[in-house]
Amino acid sequence: MSQAEGTTKTNEMEIIFDSKSENEGFARVAVAAFLTQLDPLLEEVSDVKTAVSEAVTNAVIHGYRGGEGKIRLSCRLDKESRKIYIEVEDKGVGIEDVEKAREPMFTTRPELERSGMGFAFMEAFMDDVEVESTPGEGTCIKMYKRFEEWITQSL
Amino acid sequence: MQYQVEENCLTIFLPQEVDHHNAEDIRKEADKVIEQKHIRYVIFDFAGTNFMDSSGIGVIMGRYRQVYLMGGEVWAVHANDRMKRILRMSGVTKIMQVFEEEKK
Repeated sequence: MSQAEGTTKTNEMEIIFDSKSENEGFARVAVAAFLTQLDPLLEEVSDVKTAVSEAVTNAVIHGYRGGEGKIRLSCRLDKESRKIYIEVEDKGVGIEDVEKAREPMFTTRPELERSGMGFAFMEAFMDDVEVESTPGEGTCIKMYKRFEEWITQSL
Repeated sequence: MQYQVEENCLTIFLPQEVDHHNAEDIRKEADKVIEQKHIRYVIFDFAGTNFMDSSGIGVIMGRYRQVYLMGGEVWAVHANDRMKRILRMSGVTKIMQVFEEEKK
């Protein structure tokens, strides 16, 4: 009984893919497709897609510096609270100063024309963003967003 | 990259999704044209675009730096509400005019 309840209320997926720029689009589309079971607003899907795109791009450019590596993306949704939890993890170089990295307009790669807005976008489009990083070991971005309640009225 | 040159004005027809993956190509091709054709005005046409992340903001800021010293400008046209929101949030609207189309 309790197990059956548990399985209906939450749903989780995890994908692991190569750190390649062509997988940035794949990652955000995979999450968007997974989200549809919550019947989110179009705007909410766009918000999550943007945040996922930023996190995965960070892993490709900064975590692995364009080199080889694996990125883990997990997504858990809770149908009752209408919350979605996303983790994007890399085993790359890590971030020396997380606080600095989160400042808008700050970038360590201006030569790549990075705008320094990645974390600002994640923060703007998600309800909360946590960054766990250890230099030399990697980075894990944890974020969540709560979707609007649908008010359904029977005619 | 889809683009069009009229005198010293370059119009870039952005793809459906502007992310890090295709931003690189846009910037390389745009800079080649800007240099060869002595471009001063760059228009980013968002008519076919429904997704852009901060990589796109980097592309706009970079092209602005290219033309700004020659007294040039960058513009955005045909941006939908989502794209306008992204442009405003990033602060790039301080250096770029977002052309408002007349509502039919």
